[in-house]
Formats: sequence, C-alpha cells, structure tokens
Amino acid sequence: MSDLYLIFKNLTRRKLRLSLTLFAIFVAFLIFGVLSSFNKAFNSGIELSADDRMVVVNKINFTQPLPIAYVNKARAIEGIDVLTWCNWFGGYYQDPKNFVAAMACDAETLLDVYPEIVLPEDQKKAFMANRQGLIAGQSIAAKYGWKVGDRIPMNSNIFSQKTGGSAWDFDVEGIYTGSTEQFDTNSVYFHYKYFDESRSFGKDFAGWLILRTTDPALNDQVANTIDTMFANSFYETSTDSEKAFNKAFIAQIGNIAMIVTSVVGAAFFTILLIVGNTMVLAIRERTGEIAVMKTLGFPAARIFKLVLGESLLLSLIGGLLGIGAAWLIIGAMKAALAGILPTLVLTPDVALTALAIMVGLGFLTGIVPALSAHRLNIITAMSRQ
Amino acid sequence: MTENLFELKKVSKSFVKAKETISIFEGLDMTIKAGDFIAIMGPSGSGKTTLLNLLGGVDQPTSGEIHFDGKRIDNLSENGLAAWRAANVGFIFQFYNLMPMLSAAKNVELPLLLTGLGRSRRKASVEAALKLVGLDDRAGHLPKEMSGGQQQRVAIARAIVSDPKLMLCDEPTGDLDRATADEILKMLQLLNREFGKTIVMVTHDPEAAKYAKKTLHLDKGEFVKEELMA
Ligand SMILES: Nc1ncnc2c1ncn2[C@@H]1O[C@H](COP(=O)(O)OP(=O)(O)O)[C@@H](O)[C@H]1O
Ligand SMILES: [Mg+2]
Repeated sequence: MSDLYLIFKNLTRRKLRLSLTLFAIFVAFLIFGVLSSFNKAFNSGIELSADDRMVVVNKINFTQPLPIAYVNKARAIEGIDVLTWCNWFGGYYQDPKNFVAAMACDAETLLDVYPEIVLPEDQKKAFMANRQGLIAGQSIAAKYGWKVGDRIPMNSNIFSQKTGGSAWDFDVEGIYTGSTEQFDTNSVYFHYKYFDESRSFGKDFAGWLILRTTDPALNDQVANTIDTMFANSFYETSTDSEKAFNKAFIAQIGNIAMIVTSVVGAAFFTILLIVGNTMVLAIRERTGEIAVMKTLGFPAARIFKLVLGESLLLSLIGGLLGIGAAWLIIGAMKAALAGILPTLVLTPDVALTALAIMVGLGFLTGIVPALSAHRLNIITAMSRQ
Repeated sequence: MTENLFELKKVSKSFVKAKETISIFEGLDMTIKAGDFIAIMGPSGSGKTTLLNLLGGVDQPTSGEIHFDGKRIDNLSENGLAAWRAANVGFIFQFYNLMPMLSAAKNVELPLLLTGLGRSRRKASVEAALKLVGLDDRAGHLPKEMSGGQQQRVAIARAIVSDPKLMLCDEPTGDLDRATADEILKMLQLLNREFGKTIVMVTHDPEAAKYAKKTLHLDKGEFVKEELMA
C-alpha cells in the first residue's frame, strides 16, 4: 500500500459524486481544448507570418489591383531581399462548391519569399520548367486525389480565357508540405505568366506584391519608400508587415480570442467553485478519520499531501480525459473544416497550457481542505465524533 | 520486571472554555509499571479520556512532566509526538475507527506506512497480526462487511502490528454485547500476559475491569481508590 493507493481509495469512495465532479472538469477542459484550438487556427496566420515579410496592396483596398510595372520599380529599393507577386484566381475544381484557394504567382521568386513551402528538388525543377505547371498543398491534393503528373482543369469564378470559357488546364508538378504543421497546405500556386497571357482582361496587373526585407529593422523604412514612390499615382499603395496585414484581416472576423477567453474563463470559474466545494465537503466528512490517522502517528505534512494529492489527481483525471476528447474532436473536424481553417490542430502548447491549468485547479481546490486537515486538532475532532 | 514505563510528575491539565479555565488535573502523580494492565473507572467527566490522551501523547499537560521509558515526552514538538506515538503506542477506540474504504488487511497495514519496512516485511507483519486476532480469513473484507466484534479485532491487529510497548484503549467494549466484549477482553489479556504489552484501558463496565491486573478509580481528576485483581 502506497500513499497513492490511499489517495485513490479516498477519491473513489463516493462513485456518484466522483462521476459528477469528473464530468464537470471533463467538460471544462473539453471546451478549453476545442476553443483554444479554434482560436489558434484563426490566429495562426498572424503567428506564423514571418517578421521580415511585407505585403504591398492597393491603398483603396486589397481587392484592387496594382500595375505589374511596380515590380521592377520596387525591386530597385534598398533593403528588399526578394520580391514576388500574386493574383487571386477565384478557383474551383469541377463544381463551384469545390472552392480552391488558387493563386497565380511569379514562379521564379515565389519559393524564395515563402520558405515554408517545402517541395522536393525534382518537383521544384519540373514546376519551374513547365509554364502550365501547378503546385498543390498536400491537404488539397489529398482532398481531390491529385497526384504528381495529373492534368487537371481549374475554373475561375472571376476570370475567363481569351479563347472563351473559364477553365484553365494545369499539370500537377509538385505537392508541397509545410515546414510547420500549422502552415496552410490547402492552397495551389501556378505561373503568373501563363495566367496573364491567357486571361481576357486585367493583363499586366497583379493582385498584390510580397517581399522580404534584408532585415526586419528596415521594414518601416522600406514600406515608407514604396508608398512614397507610388503616392499621387492612379494606383497608390499601402505596405504593411504580413503580421499587421493578417491581423487586420482577422479583425474582420471578430474578436475570437475575447470570446474564447470569456467562455473558457466562465467554465473554469464554475468548476473551481464546484470542485472546491466538493473537496471541502469531502474532507469535512472525513474529519474523524483524519483525526484517527493523526493519532496513529501520521504527521500533519503527510496528511496535507494526501488531501492535496487527491484534488490534484481528480483534476488531472478529469482534465486529461477532457483534453483527450478535445483532441479527438479537433482531429475529426480537421478534414471537414480544411477549407476554412486549414491549420486547425490541437497543438502541444494548448495541451501543456491545459496541464498547467489542471495542476493549478488541483492546487486551488485542494489547498483549503488540505490546510484545514493539516491544522485539524485531534482532541477537538475526536470529541465531536 | 518492575521498571516504570510511565512516570507522571505533578501533572496539571486545564482547558480554557468560553474564557473560563476548567482544571481537570492538578499536580497528579502516577507511575505505570512495564507489563501492567490497568483499568481506569470513574464517572463521566472525571478526566479518564483526558488522562489517556496525555499518556498517548495526543495531548500535552499544562504543567508537570511525563516520562516514558526514562525519556520526557511532554516537551516534544507536534511532529516529535507523532513519531513517538507511531513507534510506541497502539490505540483502540470505542467505535473501532477503521478506514471505511480500506480492507481489513490495508487497515492493519496503515501504521506500517510510518515505518521504513518494505512490502514483503509489511505483508508478513499484517498476516501475523490478523492471524493473532483470528481474522486471517477476512483480510480482504471491508469494515462494513464485518460485525462490531470483528471490526474491533481488526483494530487490535492494527494497534499491535508495529509491536508497540503500550496499548491505550478508550471504552474498547462500550459498543459490544457481553459475549463479544468478553472475547475482546480475553484478547487484550492475552496480549498483556503472553506478549508483555502494557495496557491502560478506560471502561464503565466493572465486568471489563476484572480482566485487568488492577483498577484505578478516578473522580474529579484524582485517584480515589485502587483495587488489585486476584
Ligand atoms: N478539548 C476540551 N476543551 C474543553 N474542555 C474539555 C476538553 N476535553 C475535555 N474537556 C472537559 O474535561 C472534562 C473531562 O473530560 P474527559 O476526560 O473526556 O472525561 P471522561 O472521559 O472521564 O468522561 C469534562 O468536563 C470535559 O468537558
Ligand atoms: Mg471519555
């Protein structure tokens, strides 16, 4: 028999009460796990954005185009390491329901600006060599069953071909993965040249420019130089760090972090009261037993540990079950929500935060009864029996 | 052997209750010889439980000295007393006071968690103690699955498992019928005679007191009469 056995026997002596308390903890951690993962997925664009990457968009708003001539003018600016540009394609595959985040980008520079796009060397070469080539993220490729070497049609709900029709043919030359698990692999990229030559309108314009500075410290200076250079033209620009750009984009969805914090906070506050109350009652019921253990010679510090250990064990069992369930649920939702939240995953740091909360909850709910058990006077307790 | 196990010198004990000081003992002297079996009788409120608490190191005197085996225990710290109790005293209560969620064997093992004994040594000690009280076949039973007499036998096994010199019993048969009470008392007598345990037992029951070697009558915090048994 060990102290852990004693703790376990104490914890499990009232099965119904234990189940109800465990269930409350379970639900709170389930909510925490699921909502935190959603919050992370919404914000991952911000967190993952590189510090030295900047986006140049039309000052009116980011859906307005910029002349392609800006590329060479901007490239002359000091402090810019590499610069590429993209155009939104508005793609779908076979059916307008099958939305595809497709972009026509400058193939020469795209991978230099986005080192997160991981592509085998031979696929990279093949993509560069084929002007009808396309690279697809592994999630979207898996979703539609695309393999390297496939020829696939892609429709645009914005553009049409000079020759008529809204469908372009592409060769899948590469399937990329992300350098981190959260990196979006639901997008496809193809050659701007091929797209620009074949589209019926909008020629020689790009949706936005993306560049990397030689040093994040130069970001503000570079942004100012670009925006000044194109001031008072027909197409004024607004240059921002990718982080700020994504943040502004997320802000339009709403303050998810605040919702998550208040819901999760309310859930934890509730179980803090429920579990705390349960522990106080449980230990009060055992006043006589604790007095007997002290009489037998158990030191106060050991009794303190037994009680605190019980509330920690309770919190850990409920919490781990809750986080485990959240992990299963997020895993099941990942595929269904891949289009909207490509980076949805219960990350290790969410799990670690949960673990820290479990320990904190166990400590907070156990400290009061543990202290009163520690202080319990044998004579008073025995005469009250 | 007639050496003194306990020596109480000018022991006083008072409680402060609602700003009033109630004095239970004033300058009490007492000696208990090793191997003795003493019954303490007296009216309710005469201080029997308080005396037992002082002997058991559960409570401390307001003034005076308590020596056990030649060493003072009245000035030990709370932790010091706890360790002393674990090593020297077996307690038996009126209402058995077993842990309801633990089997008989685990209840008996409880005091051994305070020793450095390993698993197998603990197991052997528990088996021996349960055999001595005739409950080796009930090792896996929970307290609620046993009669009052059986529970008190488990409590006796718990009290002797770490082989203390002293056993303190507060009304050990107060909750039992005559026949069962006699069984328990015979067991205490055996522990005293065969295993040399020094026993101090508080009781209301003159029949129970007959099992002891002598009976002390306590009234208002003083010993008023001493009877030696045949
Ligand atoms: N912790 C305490 N606080 C105040 N008074 C106490 C306390 N313990 C015992 N007493 C008082 O001391 C007296 C003797 O009690 P006790 O030793 O329990 O007597 P007995 O066991 O002989 O019935 C009683 O008057 C009781 O009320
Ligand atoms: Mg009493």
